[in-house]
Amino acid sequence: MSGLEDLYREIILDHYRAPRNRGELPVPPAVKSEGFNPLCGDEVVLYLDVDDGVVTDLKIAGQGCSISQASTSMMSAAVKGKTIAEVRQLTRAFKALMSIHESKLEGEQDGSDLEDDLKGVRLGDLEALQGVVKFPVRIKCATLAWNTLLQGLDEAT
Amino acid sequence: MSSIDVARVKADFPILKRVVNGHPLVFLDSAASAQKPIGVLEAMDRLARESYANVHRGVYTIAEEASAKFEASRAAVARFIGAPAPHEVIFTRNATEAINLVAYSWARSNLVEGDAIVLTEMEHHANVVPWLMLAEERGVELRWVPITSDFVLDLDGLDELLHNAKLLAVTASSNVLGTINDIPPLVQAAHASGALVLVDACQSVPHLVTDVTAWDADFVAFSAHKMLGPSGIGALWARSELLEAMPPFLGGGEMIRDVTKTGFTTNELPWKFEAGTPAITEAIGWHAAIDYLEDLGMDNVRAHEVSITDYALGTLEANFEDRITIYGPRDPAARGSAVSFLLQEIHAHDVSQVLDEYGVCVRAGHHCAKPLMRVLGVPATSRASFYIYNDEDDVDALVSALKNAEKFFAI
Repeated sequence: MSGLEDLYREIILDHYRAPRNRGELPVPPAVKSEGFNPLCGDEVVLYLDVDDGVVTDLKIAGQGCSISQASTSMMSAAVKGKTIAEVRQLTRAFKALMSIHESKLEGEQDGSDLEDDLKGVRLGDLEALQGVVKFPVRIKCATLAWNTLLQGLDEAT
Repeated sequence: MSSIDVARVKADFPILKRVVNGHPLVFLDSAASAQKPIGVLEAMDRLARESYANVHRGVYTIAEEASAKFEASRAAVARFIGAPAPHEVIFTRNATEAINLVAYSWARSNLVEGDAIVLTEMEHHANVVPWLMLAEERGVELRWVPITSDFVLDLDGLDELLHNAKLLAVTASSNVLGTINDIPPLVQAAHASGALVLVDACQSVPHLVTDVTAWDADFVAFSAHKMLGPSGIGALWARSELLEAMPPFLGGGEMIRDVTKTGFTTNELPWKFEAGTPAITEAIGWHAAIDYLEDLGMDNVRAHEVSITDYALGTLEANFEDRITIYGPRDPAARGSAVSFLLQEIHAHDVSQVLDEYGVCVRAGHHCAKPLMRVLGVPATSRASFYIYNDEDDVDALVSALKNAEKFFAI
């Protein structure tokens, strides 16, 4: 079961079973963004309140596999209260986490830009998702929330 | 006592000796694509080693041999589906291309704005999207035969749906529900309304005795790779007079009789619809696959599948009770061997991820049938599908792996 336990870490299953920040926010003032993974039908809906360059509140809805839903929950906990600059940096770092290992898996040495993205960023619980990179088809499940977040930020700013 | 000696059959499939994640491979995804027996692999290999050349062109010995083998495959396909003549079998890339051939050649020269096509809610995207494209391009109306809560076609309003329709496009067996549709009465109703009938037979030709003449259908599409043959080749069967009247689909070599700077005339059937070099090696592999199925006997294939599906449905219900929802008819005699299900609230992709850890291969997702998934009200299901090389041990391995998935994701 070692591979599976690497993918489905306890903290991921915890977020999957008890997702944080579930709900809706009134639009406007909140911005709503929707992400969709056509392969497995994962669906992520975000409601973002951005005030004075800070993500003051955010709620999540949607449905899908444990990885997509846990990743969305973890993302919501990680970005709430952060400035947009911090959120964008965190997003880059998370995506780097998802691709650095991928490139290592493919035997490529050049991950230096990605290393830079990770430098100085505290991913905390999000690091539990790094087991996903061993299961390439699931990477899109993990990054869906973050891509949906970027869409929302672009609309809100 | 099974109608098929599964242990002997298994031994004919080299891939079934594989070990995945420390477990023997349990392949339950034949509805997506079946595995190949050694006879198919050897036939394709032998052609490449001994007789490979382009077909219908060279006058040298191996070109003659390759052409003869290629046409022998067409004859075998025709015989296997009960077609009156080999030249009514058009080789295509797959069943999807066969349906597109009908959509581009027959439908675009016969349907105009305001005409109607009748589909069913259980169609695969291959039998939906070509018609959506036509609807968009031509303003053709699409009408849908609904399904009942028992997962069969609701035929109450069929005559109304068929009124003034030009085509009924229907699957012989659903790749999601397993439901087997009774084709002859559908054809009768359609013909009575003046509509032609296209049957998507991908999920039935590999599993059931097929007789397109008894169906009285007009177009039948199917592919090799779901019936032990290679991917890359499929076929359209259609009645000669329809094919004669239809304009060509793809243009190029092989499909012409003469070409000048100002025009061309088309070759005779079936080559009129086979532009370019066809899938020669694959055709030979398909022939070997048909030989294998005929040696087993399609009645025995069907009897075995009814038996293994019965066992699978019963075992899943006994082990998971109300924690499992099965989408499809309960009566194994009324369905094929594709069993779609949801286990509690666990997403199909999580289920199949855990199953893979135990070497069990099932399909997870929308199964290229999103209109149906919307009717069922689920974004995705898991699907186990059984074929001649699956036995009760495979079902037991599935159940055991599902129990582990349940433990893992228990809420």
